[in-house]
Amino acid sequence: MGSFRGFIVKEFHHIFRDYRTLVILFGMPVIQLILFGYAIRNEVSDIQVGFLDPVRDELTMDLKTRIDASSYFISKGDYDTLDDIERAFQDGTIREAVVFEPDFSHKLRHDGSASLSVIADGTNPNIANTMNAYTLVIVRDFQRDLLADDTPAPAERGIVIDSRMRFNPELKSIFLFVPGLIALILMLVSALMTSITITREKELGTMEILLVSPLKPIQIIVGKVLPYFLLSFINVSTILVLARLVFHIPIRGSVLLLLAECLLFILCALSLGILISAKSKTQQTATMISLSGLLLPTIILSGFIFPIDSMPKILQVISHIVPAKWFLIIIRGIMLKGVGFEYFWKETLILAFMTAVLMTASIRSFKIRLD
Amino acid sequence: MNSVIMDNIARSYGDVRALDGISVQINGGELFGFIGPDGAGKTTLFRILTSLLLPDSGSATVDGLDVVDDYRKLRRAIGYMPGRFSLYQDLTVEENLQFFASVFGTTVDANYELIRSVFQYLEPFRHRRAGQLSGGMKQKLALSCALIHRPSVLFLDEPTTGVDAVSRKEFWEMLEELKAEGITIVVSTPYMDEASLCDRVALIQDGRLLTVDTPTRIEKSFPKPILSVRSARKYELIKALRAYPFSSSVYAFGESAHYTDSRSSVDAVELQSYLRDQGFTDVTVAQVDPGIEDVFMALMT
Repeated sequence: MGSFRGFIVKEFHHIFRDYRTLVILFGMPVIQLILFGYAIRNEVSDIQVGFLDPVRDELTMDLKTRIDASSYFISKGDYDTLDDIERAFQDGTIREAVVFEPDFSHKLRHDGSASLSVIADGTNPNIANTMNAYTLVIVRDFQRDLLADDTPAPAERGIVIDSRMRFNPELKSIFLFVPGLIALILMLVSALMTSITITREKELGTMEILLVSPLKPIQIIVGKVLPYFLLSFINVSTILVLARLVFHIPIRGSVLLLLAECLLFILCALSLGILISAKSKTQQTATMISLSGLLLPTIILSGFIFPIDSMPKILQVISHIVPAKWFLIIIRGIMLKGVGFEYFWKETLILAFMTAVLMTASIRSFKIRLD
Repeated sequence: MNSVIMDNIARSYGDVRALDGISVQINGGELFGFIGPDGAGKTTLFRILTSLLLPDSGSATVDGLDVVDDYRKLRRAIGYMPGRFSLYQDLTVEENLQFFASVFGTTVDANYELIRSVFQYLEPFRHRRAGQLSGGMKQKLALSCALIHRPSVLFLDEPTTGVDAVSRKEFWEMLEELKAEGITIVVSTPYMDEASLCDRVALIQDGRLLTVDTPTRIEKSFPKPILSVRSARKYELIKALRAYPFSSSVYAFGESAHYTDSRSSVDAVELQSYLRDQGFTDVTVAQVDPGIEDVFMALMT
């Protein structure tokens, strides 16, 4: 048995005998996908809505029915005063209220315009915005149908809504999350696990023996990293299959290209893991560095959840050095937009460059002695 | 033929001088011991000799290979067993052995004859995880792994620390057998009583050599007769001995106290009556041969 093969066999023994590692490796992607897929959603459904409708004629009834009939809202009926509405908000009976002005129908018929106010529970601003937007769409549809003959539909509406419907017609947040989740899990498995497995050898004193053996540093590094390379790849495949089967997320572009870009990102994360392990003496340090130095930026500064465009300038600049940012642009392009390599070759190049730098640095910083 | 040559090796950690000019020559096929208390610099020295640390100054060769320049060849030639148990606890006995054999590009079968005497103890636990072995068994496994590539020089850093008395005895017997195979063995230990099991020893303290010689000659070098004094009240006894006008040195030695006199000859009866006068009715005084520890205590002060 060659010394390198022996090393790989040993690594797989470590991985398969440590059931906690196994649970993290294979359980985490599934759990996270389900969490992000089901629990953490920005889209809304079944919002309880109340009405304050002094008019109560055909027109207002029509609008109320339209709101109730949409899958986003459930009508809680009419309230008599603003105070009643206020109480209903407070005890959580409703999360949105639509208030008609007293001569709503009259004004609408005669002046062509009338006002109504939409009050939303702002405790969760994201949801409040979404509720507002949905209500607005229903009201505009209503208005358009009503005035179809006289007034053309307002032009600005179509642009806003259409552009969002291009790639994600139902604005499903899981579409947004899955690419980010792939980045997150690859970072976690590749960087965190690699840095832990190398520092564990330091902590247990076995690194001392490995160093006093004919194994070359590059053999130790590759031997440590190769199993996690394979596992990460299995993880990506699992997520993609789950995303496809359970959440019906499309992969509109080339699957091969997607996998190739994933491999590049895995390499990048592995290099980071080796670099971290070279700089830390204990597993605890390695974990802390990986978590705060890699996972947080991957979640926050990559555009995974929060759009980079709306960040302060300084964070936008910092986000350039977060590999996940470039990776996300690439895989969102492939998965959701279905575009080809010509649209993200620059991002790929940046990622490849980062990987090359990190890999060189990590191999250089691997010590052949104890100090 | 010299197997290991150390020339004025020094090494510091920050302000702490761990090694301060160590020069020793170890012969091929010798069983050589570095004897000294914790913190004497033994582990640092072993790490320098195994190319794991760089010396600040001085040089060393092992089998003619420089520990700094030829570290790659050196690592192939030596076997090293660190002080802390450093095998893979989640691998079985057999897997550990196979791993280290494969790392050195050999097989367990090829060198089984060499480790047979050590490994026979482990044979029943072949498929047990290393983490579940007793201290003595772990140590035997570590030795087997360090030997599996048939090194020409074996470095054992405190192999018997934390191991029971029976296993310690077995371990030294194994070292004797390995010596017979022609392997140079360099061992360190804090146990003075193990010195006599080595061909030659170096006494080391605070990074400096106190003396290097055969255990017998070191013991014989002790210039004075030693009286072993015993009493149930050891602490008070030592105080009383130190107060004795002719006392030269007094120190605790296991259950008893060892005493040397400032005069050229010593009178046990006289000392005994002095102690009886001091109220030590149960006191016994007997002359004993000096041991390594006595020399060590004398050289330290």
